[in-house]
Amino acid sequence: MTERQPSAEIPPQDREEVRLDSGIVTPHGSPAVAVPEQPLDTGLELPAATEQLALAYGAGITPKARSQWSYARIRFFRHRLAVISLFVLLAIGFVALFASRVAPYGFDELDLENITASPTTKDQHYFGTDLLGRDYLSRVIFGLRTSLWVALFVALLSTAIGTTIGAIAGYFGGVVDNLLMRFTDLILTLPTLAVLLTASAFFGSGDPLRVGVILALIFWTPLARIVRGVFLSLREKEYVEAAKASGASDIRIIARHMLPNTLGPLIVNATLLVAGAILVEAALSFLGFGIQPPNPALGKLIADGQGEGFNLWWLVTFPGLTIVVIALSINFIGDGLRDALDPTQRRVSG
Amino acid sequence: MLTYIIRRLLYSCVVLVLASFLVFFFVTASGDPLASLATAPNVSDQSIQNIVDRKHLDDSIFKRYGYWVQDVVTNQFGTTLLGDRPILPDLWRVMKNTLQLVIAAELLAILLAVFIGVYSALRQYSGFDYSMTSFSFLGLATPVFWLALMLQVGVVQIYEATGHRVFPVANLSSVDAGSGLSFALDRAHHLVLPVLVLMVANLATYTRYMRAAMLEVVNSDYVRTARAKGVAERRVTMKHAFRNALIPLVTLVAINFGALLGGAVVTETVFSLDGMGLYFVNALFSNDPYPVMAWLMITATMIILFNLVADIAYGLLDPRVRYD
Repeated sequence: MTERQPSAEIPPQDREEVRLDSGIVTPHGSPAVAVPEQPLDTGLELPAATEQLALAYGAGITPKARSQWSYARIRFFRHRLAVISLFVLLAIGFVALFASRVAPYGFDELDLENITASPTTKDQHYFGTDLLGRDYLSRVIFGLRTSLWVALFVALLSTAIGTTIGAIAGYFGGVVDNLLMRFTDLILTLPTLAVLLTASAFFGSGDPLRVGVILALIFWTPLARIVRGVFLSLREKEYVEAAKASGASDIRIIARHMLPNTLGPLIVNATLLVAGAILVEAALSFLGFGIQPPNPALGKLIADGQGEGFNLWWLVTFPGLTIVVIALSINFIGDGLRDALDPTQRRVSG
Repeated sequence: MLTYIIRRLLYSCVVLVLASFLVFFFVTASGDPLASLATAPNVSDQSIQNIVDRKHLDDSIFKRYGYWVQDVVTNQFGTTLLGDRPILPDLWRVMKNTLQLVIAAELLAILLAVFIGVYSALRQYSGFDYSMTSFSFLGLATPVFWLALMLQVGVVQIYEATGHRVFPVANLSSVDAGSGLSFALDRAHHLVLPVLVLMVANLATYTRYMRAAMLEVVNSDYVRTARAKGVAERRVTMKHAFRNALIPLVTLVAINFGALLGGAVVTETVFSLDGMGLYFVNALFSNDPYPVMAWLMITATMIILFNLVADIAYGLLDPRVRYD
């Protein structure tokens, strides 16, 4: 609290004097003393009453106006787990991006001298090798790239679809809303995994892009409901009416005036979608309906590991652990973002 | 209330019919389920032609949908494309097996979640609360199939080390299961790991729900009033708070249960359990639209029914909710 309101430290009876002496005009007439970024160097001796204010200057505390986003940023960086997760995820993303440089071996490279090696530092087989001597660390790194790519693609595409449908339904209401929402309900009625499996089985799978599109075509539904809800309440607001009165087009009102107000839930939802997409894609690939060779994917690696018997426990363990670490990090980041972007939370401290 | 239920059911029927046509269209329009037969040796053109004739595969998609609807109504969902095997008896068999798995797992998950959720909420920010929250975060980030595999790996490692089979890692029964009590015990033994996996898969979500609901109720005005007028603490938590905090969980469980009757696809596949989920996966692998359609219809009906049950339960439990 002291960070924002140094005036609270000053005894009430001295406040008026402080204001008069320092000669600073508060721009919004707020009770807090508006302190400029740099202490004014008046060259005069400070009167005794302003000593505490001077103390605040000395400590380098400068209250300043913050935007909604900078509040959000500060709150996010207070969430320790979210920040750690962000770094972990960035590191994993970096490894995935430069897979061919980072991985000690190629994806399908055989090391026939180290067949079924358990995890060892010898020859850099940290995650062990399989029956063909393929290095599982390298396979996990390449699989990571595909899985992360698919998950990001799913999050972006389904966010785009969900936002568009939700916005149209919420903004126009009436028949349009009814039709779109009944369609959304229809998709929600069917069991998600079953629809995904059916789609993959009958439309062919294997290719990451196809799997991504199929996932996105299912994953947009919850977001559409959220966006619609926000839009339904926003369209009654005065500023939307004002925009309409001044002749703004529907598209402009949706995109410029209303959409920015849904960004909070949108960002949180998109983040959590990445984790959901990784888990579901892994399950699909594991069952044999997702990404298939020659494309590497984490779920497929686990299935391969299972196929080689449970004595080679490392083949199942490490790709799975990688998925857990990614999903856990993303969930923590999502949690931090949810707290940070909640507009009802103005407090920075605590 | 009654009009509400009737309206919902009527609306659901329309949704089901629409969904059935959409899925039928997509499933039959893509791929030729007989392609593998055509290239197989020992299969004469005549026998392929027989299948085409029997299932009217040469007709238009609308006609075929009509034949399918006729089969659903008059012939218990008809037969499979390959092998001409009646679908419904198979579905009933796997449904019974799935029910055993799902009911056991759900009951355990609910009991544990209620206990953990309530205790965490009453001791918010305690060591117990923190460790349970971390546990549910971990649970939400763990792929179910991987958890199942890791348990199997563990059992196999124990077997390698000690020569003792702790739990079976596949199938519903032993080959020589016997009958009566020994059969039941054998079945229970086989279900330990699958039930554990399915329970953990749902536990994280249930616990978070229960904790959140309990926290909200505990901090509400009427609970403070109850305390202020001198109701004993135990009575406040059990009678005033706990009963109301259960309402959200009841609806969540109802919805989830409906979805699970379609089988725990992943769990059943990993443990090769002859349930709804594995039946569905096998139907997909054989590219046969008819069992896929039958499965989807039954599962969708279950989901719709249990969603309705959830809403009705909500209305009965929470007097503030009214349907009209």
